[in-house]
Amino acid sequence: MTYQFSTGEELILLCAEHNITMAEAMIRAEMQSSELSREDIVDEMRKNLYVMRESIDEGITSRQLTMTGQLGGDAELLTRYAPKAIMGEHMAQVVAAALAVTEVNASMGKIVAAPTAGASGILPAVLIVCGDKKGFTDKQLIDGLFAAGAVGMIIASRASISGAEGGCQAETGTAAAMAAAALAELCGASPKIALTAAAIALKNIMGLVCDPVAGLVECPCIKRNAIGAANAVLSCDMALAGITSLIPFDEVVLAMRSVGRLMHPDLRETAKAGLAATPTALNIAKTLQNPSLDA
Amino acid sequence: MKTTSVFDIIGPRMVGPSSSHTAGAARIGLVANKLASGSIDKAHITLYGSFAQTGRGHGTDKAIAAGLLGVEPNNASLRYAMLLAEGAGASITISYSSDECEHPNTARIDFETKQGKKYSLLGQSIGGGNIKIVEVNGMEVEFSGNYPTLIVFYNDVPGVITKVTSLLSLEGINVAFMKVFRSARRMNACMIIETDAPIDDALLWQINECDPTIAEVCSI
Repeated sequence: MTYQFSTGEELILLCAEHNITMAEAMIRAEMQSSELSREDIVDEMRKNLYVMRESIDEGITSRQLTMTGQLGGDAELLTRYAPKAIMGEHMAQVVAAALAVTEVNASMGKIVAAPTAGASGILPAVLIVCGDKKGFTDKQLIDGLFAAGAVGMIIASRASISGAEGGCQAETGTAAAMAAAALAELCGASPKIALTAAAIALKNIMGLVCDPVAGLVECPCIKRNAIGAANAVLSCDMALAGITSLIPFDEVVLAMRSVGRLMHPDLRETAKAGLAATPTALNIAKTLQNPSLDA
Repeated sequence: MKTTSVFDIIGPRMVGPSSSHTAGAARIGLVANKLASGSIDKAHITLYGSFAQTGRGHGTDKAIAAGLLGVEPNNASLRYAMLLAEGAGASITISYSSDECEHPNTARIDFETKQGKKYSLLGQSIGGGNIKIVEVNGMEVEFSGNYPTLIVFYNDVPGVITKVTSLLSLEGINVAFMKVFRSARRMNACMIIETDAPIDDALLWQINECDPTIAEVCSI
């Protein structure tokens, strides 16, 4: 019996056949491919959860100045402002957590790639901060990470999770899709509804280019993690409300791949166009051309 | 990208800022470190594509250098690679190339061990901190660095593969992936065997001795 899957449709069928969640399907697939025990696999994921939590705490409680010194401290600002936030205190906290992790990343701190470092703020922010509100246990959050992993593996094998190959849609889009589906499953949604949440999240930012100022994972990446986290939460809520996606998840993923291929290389992490080509960005890049070798 | 593990997606736990330009780069360096059994005397790193254009800002140069010195991608001392190199007595130089490459995130490392052995490898950072080594010592190869990897350089004659794999099976080592490459019929060939268990020095020596056409054996 195989638990391997390569499309959303296969994952839905697998879950239905065995009456299991996406998280459980992912754990069984991993046990099969790695020949490790369930305990070892879950322990490894627990380590990821702990580092994710530490990176949120670090970014929110202390001001993280990024490598260039150009950015940092936004997570702290938004956390302080959260009680007055028009989007609501909770959503502001989710967004602040996404900023926090990405700021820690940009200051050469420790994070968990999910699926990449540039998009590392979205999944922990959504699962951990929404989990606090919903009262999810660590065990549930670990399950959420496995469910997210299942969605990410499908996108990685059918499209791409690399900004250099598919633009920002492939990084923060994938992260938002993973987070939306995982949160939906933790809220009791079926795999079909969870993948609807993922499809909505991917559709929402399809075509987003990767145009990092001076080629660094700072501007606009940090704020795109903020919008990615918000995207995940709203996509999850829409799916849980019963809203469907006209285009099914698997087709959205293939569309994302073809959009990535059509995207000009200047808009795929090479810092040659978009925000990276603005006068301000070029000026920043120029001042960074002679970096001191080490801090 | 072919992913085989959920931890390729949720993970690695790493030092930022970029999984492809920092963590992946460090892992390419680490493969070189393991090829050299840790003793790097000098190395020249050439960055291509996006690595060349944006690598400096991502710390790609430092990450590869750190990997060359054996620093893991999740170690916070990545950024001090150049100081570490000085301390280890290794001379590491970097150049930025505008030559076209198959993958946008590509690096070549030419290095020499303290014992005077010279190596060259070409690696790609394919996203999420995952890598693909596509060339070793001028020979086209392909492996991920995710598994203990045995590299055997030999002459393309019948029987060598059987000798090597039977030694592995005698030790109870399971082969996960295996590929054979050669420059031309009966010419230089290279076996890449990715295994589930690590290969110790004694077994490496046995493999090295098992056939006269085997020129070199290394493990990663």
